[in-house]
Amino acid sequence: MSLQIISIILGSLTLASALMVVLSKHPVRSVIYLVITFFLITSMYIMMNAQFLAVVNMIVYAGAIMVLFLFVLMLLNLNKEVEPMATRGSQLAAFIAGGSLFLVLITALKDTLILGQSYRENHSQIGLVKELGNLLFSKYIVAFELTSILFIAAMVGAILLAKREKQIIE
Amino acid sequence: MESLTNRKKVVSDKPMTLWEKIYLPAIISGMLTTLRHMFRKRKTIKYPEETREFAPVYRGQHVLKRDEQGRENCTACGLCAVACPAEAITMTSAERERGEEHLYREEKYAATYEINMLRCIFCGLCEEACPKEAIFLTDRLVPTYFERDNFTYGKDKLVESLDERIDITKRQHTGKRTQL
Amino acid sequence: MDTALLIEKSILVLLLFLVSLGAAAYMTYFERKLAAWIQDRVGPDRAGPFGILQPIADGVKMFLKEDFIPAKADKWLFIIGPGIAMFTALITSAVVPWGPKLHLFGRDIVLQVADINIGILYVFGVISIGVYGIMIGGWASNNKYSLYGAIRASSQMISYELAMGVSAITIVLLSGSLSLTTIVEGQSEVWNIFYQPVAFLIFFICALAELNRAPFDLPECESELVGGYHTEYSSMKLGLYLFAEYTSMFVSSAIMAILFFGGYNFPGMSHFSGNTLAVLGILAFASKIFIFIFVIMWIRWTIPRFRFDQLMHLGWKSLLPLSLINLLVTGLVIAYKNGWF
Repeated sequence: MSLQIISIILGSLTLASALMVVLSKHPVRSVIYLVITFFLITSMYIMMNAQFLAVVNMIVYAGAIMVLFLFVLMLLNLNKEVEPMATRGSQLAAFIAGGSLFLVLITALKDTLILGQSYRENHSQIGLVKELGNLLFSKYIVAFELTSILFIAAMVGAILLAKREKQIIE
Repeated sequence: MESLTNRKKVVSDKPMTLWEKIYLPAIISGMLTTLRHMFRKRKTIKYPEETREFAPVYRGQHVLKRDEQGRENCTACGLCAVACPAEAITMTSAERERGEEHLYREEKYAATYEINMLRCIFCGLCEEACPKEAIFLTDRLVPTYFERDNFTYGKDKLVESLDERIDITKRQHTGKRTQL
Repeated sequence: MDTALLIEKSILVLLLFLVSLGAAAYMTYFERKLAAWIQDRVGPDRAGPFGILQPIADGVKMFLKEDFIPAKADKWLFIIGPGIAMFTALITSAVVPWGPKLHLFGRDIVLQVADINIGILYVFGVISIGVYGIMIGGWASNNKYSLYGAIRASSQMISYELAMGVSAITIVLLSGSLSLTTIVEGQSEVWNIFYQPVAFLIFFICALAELNRAPFDLPECESELVGGYHTEYSSMKLGLYLFAEYTSMFVSSAIMAILFFGGYNFPGMSHFSGNTLAVLGILAFASKIFIFIFVIMWIRWTIPRFRFDQLMHLGWKSLLPLSLINLLVTGLVIAYKNGWF
């Protein structure tokens, strides 16, 4: 019962900080709210006994990607005067795109909820390294390898972009 | 050309070998150097307890000497003031009256003699210029004050007192006169 | 969870907290002494005999200084910055196994706050969070030197985390576990340093970079950036930043001792048992940590600072490929030993 109360509190905190990401005026502050959101998600993983996923979430999202976000934002000159103003049209487009993404997510999540429940009952070790490794390298090996190819393609693309610019200067 | 010392090093910019590129040997040799320094004798002088020795030729606060009979040597010739590069010395001269022979050695003496210690650079040229062996720099330090006027030293501070003579025998002599 | 366990863990946490803070305080003293010895000086010797009360005097000074927040600074983030730095420095020690089991009051006491089975990943996670303290503090100060320091810190940490992680993975491959306890117990015969000298070297260099210690102290270099990210800080906020650096130095020395030098294992361990073994193990571990701290300080007072492009070259073009090759070779050897060819 107490676990449920904790997860309700964590969930509402997550929602609140996620909302603050969108609502806060200052970009650096909204990045920091995003970091807090990731932390709360990490703690939810821990609640589900998925320690590996929790720590990976912390290292990759909170530790690396958000640092890069902050890094870029700090280099920008974010004064009130130079802040780009969104036009009415783009605001409408953003609203429609975000709303439809929201709808898709809700419909997708509606079906997965039941599946998640059954997993939790069967395996208490599901989130630990051994289980995860076994799953990744047996059942989901194709998806895993495809993802790694995707990452290599992205890396090669990034290096190419950086190299080409240099050659033009020379 | 033959070099005078063997310490000359020819500069070269040849590319580094792989051994040098690893840098680790150089780092380790540097760390051994610092390690050796850890066990060396400390050079620190813990000041209030220990004080550093003065050199015999240290140039500190001036003194106006008296001779063996206690007469002031200075004759107010003004050579020290002329020699002074910082123009710190001023004086007025007066004629010796009858009955003052036990006070002043020469017939003319300095009625006032002032050194501005804020201007003085303690170069010792006054000592060198003096023909009468009257002014010397000693190993005493000039103390610090909060007001500027305290730094103008008159005869009261400069002339050595009769019962407290200041020994200058170890100091570098100017070589004009061997004995007084 | 029974009450006795709760009390035991709380005492352990409190003890760890005090020990890390005390160690950090006395590391400042030791660092000053060492710097003095290397430079043929005496070092602090006025406060108490041999100056051993110097850290306390420094701490009092830090508390009594004026606490200043710049007018144009982001006030909340300015305050949060040093807090995050100190927090992340302290919570890393939660997964460190400090010694063999201690037997007291009829209970087996595990000298580890939490034996989570992904201990090493937890350490990396916390280290990667640690950069926020510096970044937020540096940005919130609204000072160009601080901003430079923050930017340098973040790019440096991201660059060196990769090589550090890869060299730690080789250790994980060797011991087959992510738990620090298992890694330490696996080294009771031979320490990992004899299998993985290259990985240790890479890990050590990267640890120096992550700690912002010389020769990688670019985020806070005094001569270029006037203190870097903590230029605008004063009083105990500055104290927290400096303290966090020393605390994380302590903890990362512990991590290095665990991963490569067998943690609390020492030669001739089998002759002892029970509480004697535990105490000796703790002492062995502490002396290993001390040696690491000594070497880190020794390096600081020997080697000059890198230039920033040299730092990036070293990280991306030397250490990362080297660690990847090392990982590949280790993997191949392990696969060969298991008879996979």
